Amino acid sequence: MSLLVTPPEIETPMPSYLESGHTVRSWLLTLDHKRIGLLYMAAITFFFTIAAIAAALMRIELLTPQGDLVTSDMYNRLFTVHGVLMVWFFLIPSIPSALGNFVIPMMIGARDVAFPRLNLFSWYLFMAGGLLALYSILGGGVDTGWTFYTPYSSTYSNSHVMAMAVGVFIAGFSSIATGLNFIVTIHKLRAPGMTWSRLPLFLWSLYATSLILVLATPVLAITLVLITLERVFGVGIFDPKLGGDPLLFQHLFWFYSHPAVYIMILPGMGVVSETMAVFSRKPVFGYRVVAASSLAIAILGFLVWGHHMFVSGQSVYAGVVFSLLSFLVAVPSAIKVFSWTATLYRGQISFETPLIYSLGFIGLFTIGGLTGLFLAALPVDVHVHDTYFVVAHFHYIMVGGMVLAYMGGVHYWWPKISGRLYHEWTARIAAIITFIGFNLTFFPQFVLGYLGMPRRYHMYPEQFQTLNVLSTAGASILGVGYALPLFYLGWSFFYGRKAGPNPWGATGLEWQTASPAPEHNFETTPVVTTGPYAYPEGNDMP
Amino acid sequence: MNFTRLPFAFFLPERASTIAPRVDGIFLGLLVASAVLVALLIALNLTFLIRYRRGSPAKRGPIKISTWKLETGWISATTFGFLGFFYWSSRVYLDEERPPAGAYEINVTGRQWMWDVRHPNGRREFDTLHVPRGRDVRLLLSSEDVIHSFYLPSFRIKQDVVPGRMLSLWFNASKEGTYPLFCAEYCGTKHSQMTGQVVVLSPEAYATWLGAGTAPEGVLVHGRQLFIKYNCAGCHDQPSQIHAPPLQNLYGAMVPLADKSFVRADEVYLHDSILLPNKQVVAGYAPIMPSYQGVISEGDLLEIIRYLKALAQQPASTSTSSLP
Repeated sequence: MSLLVTPPEIETPMPSYLESGHTVRSWLLTLDHKRIGLLYMAAITFFFTIAAIAAALMRIELLTPQGDLVTSDMYNRLFTVHGVLMVWFFLIPSIPSALGNFVIPMMIGARDVAFPRLNLFSWYLFMAGGLLALYSILGGGVDTGWTFYTPYSSTYSNSHVMAMAVGVFIAGFSSIATGLNFIVTIHKLRAPGMTWSRLPLFLWSLYATSLILVLATPVLAITLVLITLERVFGVGIFDPKLGGDPLLFQHLFWFYSHPAVYIMILPGMGVVSETMAVFSRKPVFGYRVVAASSLAIAILGFLVWGHHMFVSGQSVYAGVVFSLLSFLVAVPSAIKVFSWTATLYRGQISFETPLIYSLGFIGLFTIGGLTGLFLAALPVDVHVHDTYFVVAHFHYIMVGGMVLAYMGGVHYWWPKISGRLYHEWTARIAAIITFIGFNLTFFPQFVLGYLGMPRRYHMYPEQFQTLNVLSTAGASILGVGYALPLFYLGWSFFYGRKAGPNPWGATGLEWQTASPAPEHNFETTPVVTTGPYAYPEGNDMP
Repeated sequence: MNFTRLPFAFFLPERASTIAPRVDGIFLGLLVASAVLVALLIALNLTFLIRYRRGSPAKRGPIKISTWKLETGWISATTFGFLGFFYWSSRVYLDEERPPAGAYEINVTGRQWMWDVRHPNGRREFDTLHVPRGRDVRLLLSSEDVIHSFYLPSFRIKQDVVPGRMLSLWFNASKEGTYPLFCAEYCGTKHSQMTGQVVVLSPEAYATWLGAGTAPEGVLVHGRQLFIKYNCAGCHDQPSQIHAPPLQNLYGAMVPLADKSFVRADEVYLHDSILLPNKQVVAGYAPIMPSYQGVISEGDLLEIIRYLKALAQQPASTSTSSLP
């Protein structure tokens, strides 16, 4: 967007946020949103690695129908650790806490988030929760699955459920505080002229995400407290032997966890909107509708939790209503896919790495979303519920969608983070490897699921072996796709070519300041005069 | 509609219930609609990506038609398409969920980690369910511990089995044969071994089978409970993580021992082996079983022995691989 920036009067420019202090203390006590964003990025990379190792062990175990690599108890711990860490310690904080922290203030022309101290405190809460989760894993693990279904988790499981639950509970407060911080920041700290209709779509999606974080996470906290009451104090809430109701847990859990699914995809949609605009040099098609669809998803997302319970024994008529709402929540997602496609029309498209990740996102998210319709269709869900079909479906959304979007976002804002460029072709190839490996890993699982292979199976009937071997082979390719960026981005951070303020020729405010960004983001407060994505029309390209 | 005859239908499991073809119909309907949509999106994206690559000579400039028309178009198209599928699938679901009057009722109890089936005349079986073809069958499901889920992929049906309530699941088996049974809701250590089979018999064969069931079933159930209570099942159920001898047809058999002698597995042998496991170790197994001296009451011990006897005397049709 075009800006009215007062010409710089200061002779020596502000030091970059990376140069403003080199001690460990300067990082651990920083109030700078950019440094806190990087702290999150380091932490979630660590948790992702552990969770990915757990997944790798599972995939190796599933090469054969027999349980020959690990015991059943160990296998059950592996998928629990994988799920808990990936959901709460990678996906939920991935784009909001890491990338969002880094770019939100810059995108609205602010110096920092509204509550910098709360922001740092959120990171410490997150780490405290994460360390408790690690303690629970190292102390023997948890075998309940990430869903903690009762009464198994509350009275039957002989594993470290409490440490894990408390860890998730604490990390939840980090989510709440971060969401609150972002909402206030977006409301109160926008630069002059940055009206709501000029807000970049990434911010709309993070705003919608923050609403969910603030409204849904407390329900998770309540649920975990109730589990504690039953498990530690024997208060009958969920176990029928103590007079409780096991389905009550599922209602509470999914009332949080279904909206949480949208916490794990809305920010990704925001990244895709940004990159589609930048790399096709056009405004996103139907800006208002795309922005509104983020809010529609956030609102409708609160009304579909019952579709996780179609076979749980809830009322048949409740099932029908939840099915209808689940079909409807797919409409705003479909709108986004159509709008991104239309954005390419008459664009000036250049195939930089972030765009490749975004195109991958669109493909995989479309398949993930369409298979969501299969699951909204009641009789099909009855058949494939708790099978690999569901596993494949949500991995297409969470990994094919969110992880690709996160990687796309990291590559897109990397010059602003590091001040440097990465090797473009290596990055493109890594993106393509990830895409291919992902499909090979998870597409066979759709077939496995419809053939009837239940999830969370340590051993399985022999007729499922071929597809499982395919899936494991795909996972090894996917692993390469994940590992490559660690190397070339690490190299780029120290030795990469200098990027300059705006290597992509993008319009966002964050690209109007130096790379890496100065400590206070802008030398002078920018003034916004046009909408986002105001690229010149026609063929004349910068 | 026999979709499995189609060459591309390798992804459809066998269809052995009346509801299965209707479920597959919705599935294939969704599959075709999705394939059309994905093909359209791929075609559009590829066209735009190639035609409008940076620097290409293609014509640019503002889009002529108003965007709201396009937006309204695809919002209504998707909404109506989705509603159509919603209507179709809900119709099938209501038929699937509402049990017909006069259905034949069989009790099924889930517990860690087995299925306990009780037919109307008292005949019991474990991890296997015999049903007559062509008759409405209603399963009454209950759980003794955690949530399980009774899943018959070839019938396309599934129902969680929830402790504290009795839930039901009905079907009408359309094809004779043996089909897999899975526990689909994660229920602890041996969740993946809580499997079995459903055997669809002709009505006559089912009647014969049912009448033949005069085995001491009560002993089996009670004994099995004790077998689990005292953790015998943890090692002796097959397959097992721990290398322990199977007990399926043990009673009365000659057992090879580690010292190369043989012993007949009678009551005394079983009794001693439970209380003093290191006394007579079976050939090929490590002496790792703990002693139950002072742990098990005599009454329970006798019940377990009666149970092991009953297992060996069961007719072959009711014994399954996952019984001890």
